Amino acid sequence: MLESVRVTVNGRAYEREVEPRMLLVDFIRDELGLTGTNIGCDTSQCGACTIHLDGKAVKSCTLLAVQADGAAVTTIEGLATDGKLHPMQEAFREAHALQCGFCTPGMIMTAVELVEQGGELTDDDIRHALEGNLCRCTGYENIVRAVRAAASPATV
Amino acid sequence: MATQVIETTKLVGAPVKRVEDERLITGAAKFLDDLKLPGMAHVAILRSPFAHARIRSIDTSAAAGAPGVIGVFTGKDFESLNPLPCAWQASGTENFVNTPRALEIERVTFTGAGVAAIVAETRAQAEDALQLVEVDWEPLDVVVDAEQAAQSGAIQIHENAASNVVMDWECGDAAATDQALAEADVVVRQRLVNQRLIPTPIEPRGSAADFDRATGQYTVWMTSQAPHVMRLLMTAFVFGIPETKMRCISPAVGGGFGTKIFLYPEYVLMAALAERIGRPVKWMETRMENYAATTHGRDHITYLEVGAKQDGTITALKAKTYANLGGILSTIAPGIPTTLYGRMLSGAYKIPNIHCQVLGVYTNTGMVDAYRGAGRPEATYVVERAADLVAAEVGLDPVEVRRRNFVPRDGFPYDPKILAGLSYDTGDYEKALDRALEIVDYEGFRREQEGARREGRYLGIGFSSYVEICGVAPSAWIGTGGQGWGAGLWESANVRVHLTGKVVVTIGTQSHGQGHETTVAQVVGDELGVAMEDITVEHSDTQGTPFGYGTYGSRSAAVGTVAAYRSVQRIKEKARRLAAHMLEASVDDIEYADGKAFVTGSPERAKTIQEIAGAAALGYDLPEGDEPFLDDTAYYDPPNCTFPFGTHIAVVEVDGETGEVELRRYVAVDDVGKTINPMIVEGQVHGGIVQGVAQALWEGAVYDEDGQLLTGSLMHYAIPKAGFLPKLETDRTETPTDVNPLGVKGAGETGTIAATPAVVNAVMDALAPLGIRHIDMPLTPERVWRAMREARG
Repeated sequence: MLESVRVTVNGRAYEREVEPRMLLVDFIRDELGLTGTNIGCDTSQCGACTIHLDGKAVKSCTLLAVQADGAAVTTIEGLATDGKLHPMQEAFREAHALQCGFCTPGMIMTAVELVEQGGELTDDDIRHALEGNLCRCTGYENIVRAVRAAASPATV
Repeated sequence: MATQVIETTKLVGAPVKRVEDERLITGAAKFLDDLKLPGMAHVAILRSPFAHARIRSIDTSAAAGAPGVIGVFTGKDFESLNPLPCAWQASGTENFVNTPRALEIERVTFTGAGVAAIVAETRAQAEDALQLVEVDWEPLDVVVDAEQAAQSGAIQIHENAASNVVMDWECGDAAATDQALAEADVVVRQRLVNQRLIPTPIEPRGSAADFDRATGQYTVWMTSQAPHVMRLLMTAFVFGIPETKMRCISPAVGGGFGTKIFLYPEYVLMAALAERIGRPVKWMETRMENYAATTHGRDHITYLEVGAKQDGTITALKAKTYANLGGILSTIAPGIPTTLYGRMLSGAYKIPNIHCQVLGVYTNTGMVDAYRGAGRPEATYVVERAADLVAAEVGLDPVEVRRRNFVPRDGFPYDPKILAGLSYDTGDYEKALDRALEIVDYEGFRREQEGARREGRYLGIGFSSYVEICGVAPSAWIGTGGQGWGAGLWESANVRVHLTGKVVVTIGTQSHGQGHETTVAQVVGDELGVAMEDITVEHSDTQGTPFGYGTYGSRSAAVGTVAAYRSVQRIKEKARRLAAHMLEASVDDIEYADGKAFVTGSPERAKTIQEIAGAAALGYDLPEGDEPFLDDTAYYDPPNCTFPFGTHIAVVEVDGETGEVELRRYVAVDDVGKTINPMIVEGQVHGGIVQGVAQALWEGAVYDEDGQLLTGSLMHYAIPKAGFLPKLETDRTETPTDVNPLGVKGAGETGTIAATPAVVNAVMDALAPLGIRHIDMPLTPERVWRAMREARG
């Protein structure tokens, strides 16, 4: 009763036979060995598993792997290009926006999509956009600062 | 006791970017669940659906035949293993101890206790098979409230604990306190509930294990803040084997907040299963398991009596506290509400008469143990609510009451008489208060508040002028003959300068977000005159690091990093001897600075640390009596704890219709002594504040009367989101400690300790026009609305 899934992850094409009940996050972690995407809950609250599915930030625990058939996925491992960190990754480091780092991959993926949407972002906008991602270490203060910096590098 | 504080420059005190970050922002860091061992099997644990029940029998046959299942185990399979130890019992009184086993055998005393384990080829198969295990349960009566459990007539959960009392502990002078209360101008009495919290690190717990038949050696990976202690407790107390037969490793750990200090049944279980099935095994907690079976925090009911003079001088404080410790004891549960709570009830004030009685109580709820702050948030809540209640009673400004009672800046060291011989090290409490008042513009706020009140709006301001105890050590003070901690609490570090001049520092503490790899390198780099990138800091593996007690109680900087500092001093001494030999000078004429040993007055006659390390490593030509290599291990046991302090101020507006509390501003001025890395300190303060605010406004674990956890997942338990909070305004004053040569006090818990009463005091200030003096936390709209409705009649 296995189903075939074809998916492009971080620019590379994969084809796997999986159980229909397999979650996308487990597919990414266990089938593809991309363990940067973390699992922090079982009710889709924490957002640690956030990835990009066809350019949109989604919690990869809310989808089955088979639902991603034909899609393009980007995970935290695919964010840096040519050995150069993504500006959001840089901003997180510069602003000390992470401590234990467990929520960080999901937080960064959400923040990247937010900034890619363009437009002016107030701190309130940023705080609301991060509602689906929980962090227990930073109190969000420096995460907001990092996202603001990445959104408008000139005003850092 | 006093040590001269060394003025350091360069790296120490600078906001150096963390060396840990690159692997964490790229997804390269390896957490427990990322571990994949060859041949690894997966474990799922069957947990009790009842809060109190006898296990009549367990039928595992159907589960054993399920697809992929390798084995099904129950408590009887591990009967030969001892129950887990209780490593910190309350001092000076008998403790009636009951602790968990790898899997419970006869009875469970809280919902979520493990009773059977499935080992299967995949995690999904293990979880599927759980449903096939048949347990014949005999449900028993349940009690969940600590105060009720301690009354006569309550059901008795454990045979050895009459009235469900784990321990009846006290500190202070009961007779003198009663007399002072009788003589006080005013006495305020208040029942305070410090509700149960679920700590919620975003990474749940997990463990993996492997057993090497060739050597008889266990390797256990675990999400632990204290791998050395885990090894000691598992080998010496549970398995009864030499500690050399086990290696414990913490991979990257995704937050702990105390919950990952303790020895849990699952770590024992993984080691035992790996041996039993002859394959590596792994178990990763689900969030719901984390809520049910990982420790909770707080859960005190306190009867407070505080006496004062009409001028606001506090003359007596008496507290009787019921501390709910859950259905069975976690590793250091009795120590938290005693030493770390009762002994801090003087707060930042000179209170001449204090008495505290604590009843630790068993109930049919999850285990309760240290959660960020651990005892000190509970103490600060009592003291800071007391200060405001006194202010309201005598009609004084709460700021003025604090000033009148502060330990004055020339009053240090200060012995509050309830600290069992320790004294507050250094402090300037008014300075931090004044700075916070300046930032918040106190007079301006009171004017705004007056205007708002005329418009029928409820604006409030709340203060928390806390002091806390951290850098927890003095082994003789904390240990078996003192406060009952079953070991020492010194720390260790080893510093090696390799042939190429690269430095490796191994430490006994464990970093799970605190940035030790950065801060320890800052200290070592400055002292040795070596660049950050030439220093590697290793931790979290019992193989290859010196024994240390781990990371909690804000002790890693004030105890652990000082060990590294002392080790470097001895490395420098040896470097001077070697340089003297190399330069054909007298060692008395050699100075060490900026990475070089040189002849006093002739800085060109010098050898770099790299040259000296090379000569030491080759060993061709060493001074007589010196051994090769620059290598030193230091064990540091400080003479006192450290006592950070500060003032936090919350500004709130309460919606008079709905009871909703808006946190409008939050100002924090902390004094953590010298700072190694102000960026990291500020980050710790931010995170701590939000956890403390969350207790005041949102969080609370709720059990129903059957002992079912109603807040059993992240859908039901309100940990804060980014949108809940205003921008945090933080600043520091700097009063170095004289306890250690770095002048550092510790910064990991100040925010959590300070924030909760600041917010509650602010809400009570907002509601003062209605005559409301107290509402128990969390101050949800419903609770505030009910209080307002009652007050309005």
